[in-house]
Amino acid sequence: MADQELDASGLNCPLPILRAKKTLNGMEADQVLHIIATDPGSVKDFEAFCKQTGNELLESKEEGGKFHFEIKKV
Amino acid sequence: MEEKKLAIIATKGTLDWGYPPFILASTAAALGYETEIFFTFYGLQLLKKDLDLKVSPLGNPGMPMPMGMDKWFPTLGLALPGMEGMMTSMMKKTMASKGVASLEELRELSQEAEVKLIACQMTVDLFEMDTADFIDGVEYAGAARFFEFAGESDICLYI
Repeated sequence: MADQELDASGLNCPLPILRAKKTLNGMEADQVLHIIATDPGSVKDFEAFCKQTGNELLESKEEGGKFHFEIKKV
Repeated sequence: MEEKKLAIIATKGTLDWGYPPFILASTAAALGYETEIFFTFYGLQLLKKDLDLKVSPLGNPGMPMPMGMDKWFPTLGLALPGMEGMMTSMMKKTMASKGVASLEELRELSQEAEVKLIACQMTVDLFEMDTADFIDGVEYAGAARFFEFAGESDICLYI
């Protein structure tokens, strides 16, 4: 499962992406980061983030009113 | 994949104009862009150690205001003493309650993400500013130096 979890609830653009980038910097390749966010814009933001940086977006779903993302560091 | 370059020229020093350069720069850096911001004229206010930026309702048509004020409040009334201060604190409160980062935080994140901050030496001299008032990590240079980077940039924005 996820190696690390980042709770970005209550944070708006661009904080979820910036926090995720910072956390990923401190992780090893192939590790998975689980991100929780409430910003609806974060869905598209993380898609673009992974596309641009080459990190793999394993999962993107909405659960319990929050958005959950699983990103694998490449 | 070659790194893309983003060049931003920041010329304004109010709260509402201060956000776009730092949000765009920090996001671009997070996406892997090489980013440089050139601060000139009032943009230099964004580099002060103690940020005390205001937002003025005057000259900002289209600015959303509470109680629908933007629809009925006379423009002349916006010039009354205290209006600017009130609008500024209201905007800051709204931003905080909606989880929007403070300018200081965005600026710090930008520097952490290795966004280069360049201050226009000419403007510093023009307004006789004291560089001790500015944050660390700023390069002082002229337009020609900035064009070195801007000329190669994929995106160049004037804010």
